[in-house]
Amino acid sequence: MLTALALGLALLGLLAGVALVPAGRWAGPVVLGGSALLSAGFALLAIGALAIGLPEGVLVLPFGPAWAGMSLALDGLSAWFLLLLGLVGSSASVFALGGPRQGLVAWPLFLGGMGLALLGADGFTLLLGFELMSLASWALVALDHREAASREAARLYLVFAALAGACLVPAFGLLGALDFAAIRAAPPEGWRAVAVLALGLIGAGAKAGLVPLHLWLPLAHPAAPSPASALMSGVMTKLALYVLARLLLDLCGPVQPGWWGVPLLAAGAASALLGALRANLEEDAKVALACSTIENVGLVTMALGLALLFRGADLGPMAALAAGAALLHAMAHGLFKTLLFLVAGAVQHAAGSRRLDRLGGLIHAMPRTTLLALIGLGAAAALPPLSGFASEWLLLQALLGGWRLGEIGLQVAAAAALALAAMAVALAAAAMLRLFGLAFLGRPRSPRGAGAREANRFELAGMAVPAVLTLLIGLFPGLALALAAPGIRVLVGPAAMPPVVGLAVGAGEGHSAYAPLVVLLLLGLVLVLLWLVVRRRSPALAERGPAWNGGFIDPPPEFVFGDPLSQPSAAGMAQPLRRMLGGSLLAGREAVTMPPPGDTRPARLEAGFEDRAALALPVPAARLRDAIADQVERLRGLTLRGSLSLGFATLVGLLALLAWLEAR
Amino acid sequence: MLVLGAVLTQILHIALMLGAAPLAVGLIRWLKARMMGRRGASPLQPFRDLAKLCAKRPLLADNASVVSEAAPYLALAATLVAASLVPGFARGMAFASAADLVLVAGLLALARMALALNGMDAGTAFGGMGAAREMSFAVFAEPALLVSALSFAILAGTTNLDQIGAVFRDGALGLRISLGLAAVAMGAVALAENARVPVDNPATHLELTMVHEAMLLEASGRHLALWEYQAGLKLTLWLALIAAVFLPFGAAPAGSGPLAWLVGLLAWGAKMGGLCLALAVFEGAIAKMRVFRVPEFLGAALLLALLAAALLFVSTGFA
Repeated sequence: MLTALALGLALLGLLAGVALVPAGRWAGPVVLGGSALLSAGFALLAIGALAIGLPEGVLVLPFGPAWAGMSLALDGLSAWFLLLLGLVGSSASVFALGGPRQGLVAWPLFLGGMGLALLGADGFTLLLGFELMSLASWALVALDHREAASREAARLYLVFAALAGACLVPAFGLLGALDFAAIRAAPPEGWRAVAVLALGLIGAGAKAGLVPLHLWLPLAHPAAPSPASALMSGVMTKLALYVLARLLLDLCGPVQPGWWGVPLLAAGAASALLGALRANLEEDAKVALACSTIENVGLVTMALGLALLFRGADLGPMAALAAGAALLHAMAHGLFKTLLFLVAGAVQHAAGSRRLDRLGGLIHAMPRTTLLALIGLGAAAALPPLSGFASEWLLLQALLGGWRLGEIGLQVAAAAALALAAMAVALAAAAMLRLFGLAFLGRPRSPRGAGAREANRFELAGMAVPAVLTLLIGLFPGLALALAAPGIRVLVGPAAMPPVVGLAVGAGEGHSAYAPLVVLLLLGLVLVLLWLVVRRRSPALAERGPAWNGGFIDPPPEFVFGDPLSQPSAAGMAQPLRRMLGGSLLAGREAVTMPPPGDTRPARLEAGFEDRAALALPVPAARLRDAIADQVERLRGLTLRGSLSLGFATLVGLLALLAWLEAR
Repeated sequence: MLVLGAVLTQILHIALMLGAAPLAVGLIRWLKARMMGRRGASPLQPFRDLAKLCAKRPLLADNASVVSEAAPYLALAATLVAASLVPGFARGMAFASAADLVLVAGLLALARMALALNGMDAGTAFGGMGAAREMSFAVFAEPALLVSALSFAILAGTTNLDQIGAVFRDGALGLRISLGLAAVAMGAVALAENARVPVDNPATHLELTMVHEAMLLEASGRHLALWEYQAGLKLTLWLALIAAVFLPFGAAPAGSGPLAWLVGLLAWGAKMGGLCLALAVFEGAIAKMRVFRVPEFLGAALLLALLAAALLFVSTGFA
């Protein structure tokens, strides 16, 4: 099986080579179709491995770094994320077949880099795949490089990717060995372990978009073409979380103290709240979706932190519950966010814009896309019986069990995290309503949007796959968690049992359970009965007439789409939350300039916000860079004698260091 | 026998909730009218209104989509499923094992989403404003509800409403300050969720101040009947939820016979009537607050719920 997976990776590399050859109009279908097939193969192999049995041992490749060959392995954790990669990769590739052919070289390299990072069984291979993924996705972000905003996003993205690399390389270096089995046998201790925690959290957090390292994410994810955005939001952020879980929960092992979970819990809660709030304020559909990714990454990080806390307190079943929530939510979010980004791509393709203020009423022009969007929206808003509710139910149950930690500080932290998680979930629901309501309901807001057509068949197929999977995971979370069981064991110990009761999920022995199938059956039954009863009493079809709208008068005939002022705008929908929460968290502002009576100038409303948390680190960092650059500039002014003595002093210093290292 | 009893009580409970929904609305209106010195319509008036509306065909806006036609059914179905999960006059009903508080919150969120989508469907200003405000209130109500649930989870070890009621009914817990704080928090959430004074005014005719009704401006005929019924059922659900958790006395225990059911029915009727009276008195005595004061109101509820949980941390730490 490992050989087959390695072969798949090699074939992806080959596809990138094919894209380089000027093969005319066949390059696109070959590369994207091949990527879709290989990704589907990955998904099948991963599901087979999880259901039947994981491959034993490690495949050592005959090439690699100077000291050893690269090694590949597949365990429960990597197989679970490989499944996500396969599912998302194939649907995004199919979707890309229906759009313009761009970034054909980077696409298979991006998929292959992620696959390599997942399969790597030593630090070198993992980091190699991780950096390949970063570079390939950078190329996809920079694809539209004629746009200044796109160039800016790509540059910022590269800086943060470099930061992630600069932290993760020393984090893996501090582990004492490269081979994962050797690290697990002798996990780091003392200050080295704490340094691994700090570097790992910063490195993986910068790649996953955790607050306060999230500045790049709402800029870079929307700048890429929609299928690439789907892959970046759906899988790449999950890969960063995979590295975080691999590094902190698996490699550093159960010897680490429970308080390791606290920084994860705090960063996760901050990300969940801020991301969800920003998703409510952004006026570009893809930017709002990217902000919602920050929220969901935060929720998964919270669950991982809780797993660490519970594991440190020897609460095995609760740790398994939290780890199950993390893995299920990573999968659920990966799929529904892919679906939503693909929907945004289809809307952009059909209606010519992704600005919410230029969309509207698409439900009439794109009924199928609307149905698929509704599934994604429901899952993202955590509505039963869809996948988002199942995973967030598990997370909330794990948080509700936080009082079992015993120590009062941790209990209060868990209670505060519960409040923030609940708030983030409700904020996500508000954001999804705003997104869907503005884009698909109401009246068109632009002529281009009024002329929209249904998405083409490749796009529909690419969206249908994650939609069906979202439904399936929502209805059978127990089966999904049973597949994730090997991954849960990697995270919290070999004795862990997944939080499953038959087809449903449960919060442990004698506790509450959630059976989505029962909920769906009840809902369906009640719906049918209601329909029959009501329609029996009132069988007539609905009449049509102009909207009542509180008695608002009809618009003049030259307003083809009705009076634009009588329909809510993106900024208007955001107003309550901007005033209620945005003022303190996002420096939201609102100012009305009212001209004096008799003046004919119009009154103006200025509203906006600024994410100060996003600028908290980069702005001082840029200042520090300038200060250092100023200092270094002075070297150029040195005299010849000064330069020579500086060179000599450096040489002597390095020799002394070498001598000291030799002597140890 | 046990299964039969569970199924019978479940069916009876659903029938009671369905019947109580318009009655509770009518009763509260009548009580408020009496307290304000008016004669008031009969408590049975909502039944007549619903029967009249239900027979009428709806008038949809020109650009309304299938959402307007499906949303009322979905919202009422979700609310009814949630109402069937909340314990009523008896414990151990057929759906008792599924009666999870987080699931009830999720089903109510589903109904809320259907309502908000309905508000946005016609593309009118009031509908969008109401939808945005409704979802914003939920942002503050949801954490208060879940942190209150944390207190129950600590005391009862679960979020299953049936088991919470059973544990609290045994009385081994006694009167606790933390439960009192949680009760105040739940009450505030219930007021916000049901669009009652001081968060929203169910009897308002001034469009600029309304939230719930703003989303229903375009609904008419049988759709309006479904929405009105859904609002009444949601109110009944919240009253039953508060009664089940904080006033668990008198409910028939699981597996009991018809005599215990009768006692339970009487106790449930008395509790629901008492809660309706309390709501009417509260609404009659207080004025509606500005929309942007609502976060402070619900934020206070969240703080009370957190305080309740913190008190429990301290007290269980010493125990």
